[in-house]
Amino acid sequence: MAKISYLQAIHNALDFEMGKDDDVFILGEDVGKKGGVFKVTDGLQEKYGEMRCLDTPLAESNIVGTGIGAAMMGKRPVAEIQFAEYILPATNQILSEAAKIRYRSNGDWNCPMVIRAPFGGGIHGALYHSQSIESIFASTPGLKVVIPSTPNDAKGLLISAIRDNDPVLYFEHKKAYRLLKEEVPEGDYTVPIGKADVKRSGEDITVITYGLCVNYALQAAERLSKDGHDVEILDLRTVYPLDKESIIVSAKKTGKVLLVTEDNLEGSIMSEVSAIIGENCLYDLDAPIMRLAGPDVPAMPYSPPMEDFFMVNPEKIEEKMLELIEH
Amino acid sequence: MRDHKEVGLTADDVKEMYRTMLLSRKMDERMWLLNRAGKLPFVISCQGQEATQVGAAYALDKEVDVLSPYYRDLALVTHFGMTPLETMLSAFAKEGDIQSGGRQMPGHFSKKANNILTQGSTVTTQVLHAVGAAYKFKIDNEKRVALTTLGEGSTSQGDFHEGLNFAGVHKLPVICLIENNEYAISVPAKLQYAAEKLSDRAVGYGIHGERVDGNDPFAVYEVMKKARERAINGEGASLIEAMSTRLTAHSSDDDDSYRAIEEREKNKEADCIAHLKKYMVENDIAEDSWFVEIEDELKVIIKDATKEAEAAPYPKAEDALKNVYEEVNNG
Repeated sequence: MAKISYLQAIHNALDFEMGKDDDVFILGEDVGKKGGVFKVTDGLQEKYGEMRCLDTPLAESNIVGTGIGAAMMGKRPVAEIQFAEYILPATNQILSEAAKIRYRSNGDWNCPMVIRAPFGGGIHGALYHSQSIESIFASTPGLKVVIPSTPNDAKGLLISAIRDNDPVLYFEHKKAYRLLKEEVPEGDYTVPIGKADVKRSGEDITVITYGLCVNYALQAAERLSKDGHDVEILDLRTVYPLDKESIIVSAKKTGKVLLVTEDNLEGSIMSEVSAIIGENCLYDLDAPIMRLAGPDVPAMPYSPPMEDFFMVNPEKIEEKMLELIEH
Repeated sequence: MRDHKEVGLTADDVKEMYRTMLLSRKMDERMWLLNRAGKLPFVISCQGQEATQVGAAYALDKEVDVLSPYYRDLALVTHFGMTPLETMLSAFAKEGDIQSGGRQMPGHFSKKANNILTQGSTVTTQVLHAVGAAYKFKIDNEKRVALTTLGEGSTSQGDFHEGLNFAGVHKLPVICLIENNEYAISVPAKLQYAAEKLSDRAVGYGIHGERVDGNDPFAVYEVMKKARERAINGEGASLIEAMSTRLTAHSSDDDDSYRAIEEREKNKEADCIAHLKKYMVENDIAEDSWFVEIEDELKVIIKDATKEAEAAPYPKAEDALKNVYEEVNNG
């Protein structure tokens, strides 16, 4: 097995599925000749042709809306939105159309489509290039929202998303692109959508998170283990619909839960996770549920001190973990 | 009106077109009656636009072409295969409703077996779906066309621009038909756009644009037939603006009071079905007895469909939980 990056894993999943299924095609801004602004689709146009790795006009609603039309006709489009924030002009097509096609036609039509977008901060991207946008979509039944935290999951979840017969939003953390590397199997394998994953088993506290924060939490847990603290880390992987069972099992196991997201605190994915734990695990808890998240300001600022202030990092997580352990 | 022979239609074609137009009109009128009798919560009409819709549908190949329609297109989808019973099951929100299983308000057409894409209520989203379907036809080298329709109000939306731009760039086999009845609910055309003709916008997208008399089914047929030929010959998309007439209020929840009585009365003079009947009589296409026969036949069809739909069961309450995702079909 080769050691590859999170970005390479996403690329490999696209390449593998395009090679396997002629109905899979990519559309988005700069995905073709340039190979994407982050190079995720590098070389795919050369390999599969202009029509299957299409440089679209600069219009996000068109990217998603035409993808929906092609998907209803049996294709498996993978749309790339260049930065997660730019998905907003396409939200009407996602929320009013893609999410509702199976339901409103009573199962007569469906929309097997993937929408990929890089999200997340810590890369000096400021407003419009750093945000977490998953909570906008994570209360819309009909959609699935996945956010991989490792190269392994990135490849397996994307293959699952492309083969899924319903619309899947696939948000990839842009700081993870080249930061995270590991051995990833070649060829065909899937990671199931809707299943969380225990990335580190532990007894003292549970940290529930997703995306790049999983790696940060693992770093923090490793440091605390030297002092004899045993932290469990549950990676949600799919943030909508949530894997309630895994959340409940892990929360009951340790009785102390820290929820981490780099999104703004209020109304985030973690608000729902907190409700699930509150409803199901109250008498198993030994401490109040704690949350660590970005502050409730409109977006992540550009200037380094302010960006660091907003962004979650291993040190902040470690500090919160200790606070919870000592509670 | 154009001469039906000059546009390549036979007397039998004309009779079939008339029958579909009249069937759609009579179903529409029946739904209004049922609404006013308190049996249907909502109706939205095709009345006045049947010539545009049937003229357009007749120019397509319903075996392979795809529709991405809007809410007034009862005559269009009827030609494509939506049956009176299916229309009535949808109107009564019954379990057997093929369009949505009783989920959507009537007028949100959908039927995969007849190549009719499902539609929502946020207008103009359907344009992009047709363009996407046409992109599929191009990638897969299929001789098929996607037709999308919309009112003139919907041309103000961004999806109209985004879709036609993309269709132009890739010379896609898609036809965008504006059914311009000059009102978006109460807002008149002069407050909607400043262009002399909406079809002129085609120039900006590098596609073919043409305006046609939407009350003349033969003229619409002729323009659409050529648009379809261009589309399947790789010559790209067309923007057709059919000038048509809305004979009813916007919907059963609208009183049409923003249009003067005189204007509404004058619209009746443009009734496309009355005009076609006159043309058929004058050109010896059908005799009086044929019209009586057709009226009687349709009356029975609509009565039976209404009766059967009214008596049909509602969906089970828990059916509301079905068809969210493929793998979650039982709540």
